[in-house]
Amino acid sequence: MSHEHRLRIKTLFMVLLMVVCANLGDLLLAKGMKQIGAVQMSGPGIWHALLSTIHNGTIWVGILFLIGFTLCYMTAVSWADYSYVMPAGAFGYALNTMLAVVILHEVVNAQRWIGVVLIVFGVLLVGQTHPSTTTAKPVAS
Amino acid sequence: MIKVGLMLVFFICCSTGGEIAMTHGMKQVGEPENFRPRALWRFIAKAVKNGWVWFAMPLMAGAFYSLLILFSWAPLSVVIPASAFNYVVGTFGAKYLLREQVSAKRWMGVVMVCVGVALVLITAKR
Repeated sequence: MSHEHRLRIKTLFMVLLMVVCANLGDLLLAKGMKQIGAVQMSGPGIWHALLSTIHNGTIWVGILFLIGFTLCYMTAVSWADYSYVMPAGAFGYALNTMLAVVILHEVVNAQRWIGVVLIVFGVLLVGQTHPSTTTAKPVAS
Repeated sequence: MIKVGLMLVFFICCSTGGEIAMTHGMKQVGEPENFRPRALWRFIAKAVKNGWVWFAMPLMAGAFYSLLILFSWAPLSVVIPASAFNYVVGTFGAKYLLREQVSAKRWMGVVMVCVGVALVLITAKR
């Protein structure tokens, strides 16, 4: 297996993990914040929102998934370009919108669907480029 | 709508700045030797000693809290695709700060993402 092929496979694997963690994390955060209600932009309002998020279990599970996302992201950018990893991670938009429709029962119109599809195709185009364009990286040991 | 837009700008600045700093730090750390627990532990231990990684943390925390607020103000299907504008700012940052070679194909992909984001924002009238 060539170096580039191995690089693509391990980057794809890490990006898939990123997408799963980010989507589940975002979904759980959204659900938690909907339980808390709209944040009032005043001192007491922000303080109340902060306390409410600390006491919300759904938000904590969401945070765990987002920590998983961050670790996967840190690993991926240790060998691949930032301008490759981040757009590649947007493959999750389609999944995210589907989850928003199915689980949160949000209404998504055709125009917004077209936007999401364009984003995903743009990301696919970026995904065809070489994952790493900077000089060889050291190995953490 | 203006309130959501301003919070979105704050989110993008924190998010992209944090991610660029994090990437710079992780490039200094280097990739894990393999995916065995001991090697991964060494990798994480080296990462937490890197100054750029610590510089990225408060920016990412700012992005996280502004995203929480955005979630309470707008539907998930608006907030998440709209935050894709990160890719445009991030690509400029990658090219000029991280010195990555951004090819025409990669730029085309970014432009498509931009158009997609614009379409999503148009439907975000509230």
